Amino acid sequence: MSADINIVVVDREGQSHELVAPTDMNMNLMEVCKSYELPVKGTCGGMAMCASCHCYVESDHQLKEPSDDEEDMLDQAFFVEDNSRLGCQIFMHPDLEGLAVTLAPESE
Amino acid sequence: MIQTDLLIIGAGPTGLFTVFEAGLLKMKCHLIDSLPQPGGQLAEIYPKKPIYDIPGFPTIDAGELVDNLMEQIKPFNPGFTLGESAVTIDKDDEDQFIVTTDKGTQHRAPSVAIAGGLGVFTPRKPPIANITDFEDKGIKYIIKDPEVYRGKKVVISGGGDSALDWTIFLAEIAEEVSLVHRRTSFRGHLDSVDKVMALAEAGKVNLITNAEVKEVAGGETLESVTIHAKDGSKTEVECTDWLPLFGLTPTLGPIGDWGLEIEKNSIVVDNATDYSTNIEGIYAIGDVNTYPGKLKLILCGFHEGTIMVQSAFKRAYPDKKLSFKYTTVMGGVGSLE
Repeated sequence: MSADINIVVVDREGQSHELVAPTDMNMNLMEVCKSYELPVKGTCGGMAMCASCHCYVESDHQLKEPSDDEEDMLDQAFFVEDNSRLGCQIFMHPDLEGLAVTLAPESE
Repeated sequence: MIQTDLLIIGAGPTGLFTVFEAGLLKMKCHLIDSLPQPGGQLAEIYPKKPIYDIPGFPTIDAGELVDNLMEQIKPFNPGFTLGESAVTIDKDDEDQFIVTTDKGTQHRAPSVAIAGGLGVFTPRKPPIANITDFEDKGIKYIIKDPEVYRGKKVVISGGGDSALDWTIFLAEIAEEVSLVHRRTSFRGHLDSVDKVMALAEAGKVNLITNAEVKEVAGGETLESVTIHAKDGSKTEVECTDWLPLFGLTPTLGPIGDWGLEIEKNSIVVDNATDYSTNIEGIYAIGDVNTYPGKLKLILCGFHEGTIMVQSAFKRAYPDKKLSFKYTTVMGGVGSLE
C-alpha cells in the first residue's frame, strides 16, 4: 500500500490548507482540492480544457513538463506565470510529498 | 411567439432528457441554447471524453450520449431555438412566462426550467480594470465584420487558431497588425503558424512574443495598449483596435439578473420537493442549481428533471389528473398518440 502525501494549498484569500492526498488512486491535484471543498471548479473534469484549476507551484518539486494540451490551455488563461500549471495535470505521487501550490485568481 | 408547455433553457444532457420525461406526461417542450448545436458542454468542450457513470453504460463518449439523447426524445418532437441566449423573462396577464432571446425570439410557457449548466459561453475577457470602457470602442472579443479594420492599426492577442487566422486575414487589409502572445510557440494549425511567421519576417505583421497586453488607454475610443514583456519591459503601442482572442468560457449570464436566489454562481432550489426556485413556475435543474448535498453529475440532472416535470405538469394542466406510468407499462414511447 502506498503512502499518503502531505501537500499545502494556499487559496485565493491567502489561507493555507494542509491536505493529505492518497497516491494510489490516480487522483490529480484538482480532484484533491475539490474533495477538500476548496474553491476549484474543475469545469472540464480534468481534461486540461478550462483552466479553472490554474495554480502556481511554489515548492521546487520537479514536475513532468506540461503537455501541449496544458500549454495550449494556459495560453487562454490569465495571470499566467512561469510556475503556472493546471492542477488537473498534476497527479498525486509519493515524490510530491510536501508539494506547495497557490490557486491562481479566477477570471471570467 | 413560440408557445409550449415547458420552456427549457439549455439544451445540454439535463435539458434534453427532461424533454423525454415531460413527453411521457404529454407535455410539449421547447429548448433555447446559446450554442448552435444541442449537447451543451458535452458537445462544445469534450465530445470525445468518455463518461463512466451513466447507468447501463460502462463507458460512453460525451458526444455519443448527446446523439443518443436526441434519438430518445425524437418521438416527442421538441422545438429548438439554437444560437440564441435567453435574456429577459416577463409574465403576461395569463400567468404565462415570456422569455426573449438576444435575437428577439419570444417564447411563451406556463413553466420555465433552467437547465443552463455552466451558463452561456462567452469570450474570456482579460482582467484589465478599464477594459469595459472600450468595449465596442476599439475592443472586440468576437470579430463579425473584418472590413471595419481596413486601414486601421490593430493589435491581436492570443495564441490559438482564431488569433492566427485573424492575424493572417487582417494583415492584408489593416494598416498595421501586431500579434501579442505569452510564449514563443503557437498552438493551432501548423499551416497558420507558418503563414504568420512568414508575414512577420516580411514585415507585414509585428510579432511580439513572451508578452501580454496589460493596460489599455484612450479617450472616447481606444488609442493605445501597453504590452508587458516577460523581461519586465513595457511598450505602449498606438492602435485603434485591440482584439483579445482567448476562447470562450461559460458564465451564468443574464439569468443572473432574473431575481432568482443565487449562491456561488448557482441557482438555489428546493430539493425536497420539485427543484423550484424562489420564483413560482421557474425551476432549475442540473449543474446550474445548488442545494445541500448537490452533486454536479449528469445522472443527478436526469433525476432532477424527472421530478421537476411532475410539478410543471400541474402548472400546465391544473385540471388534469396526473397518472404516472412506467414506460414498460406503456409499451414504450411508440404508443403515444
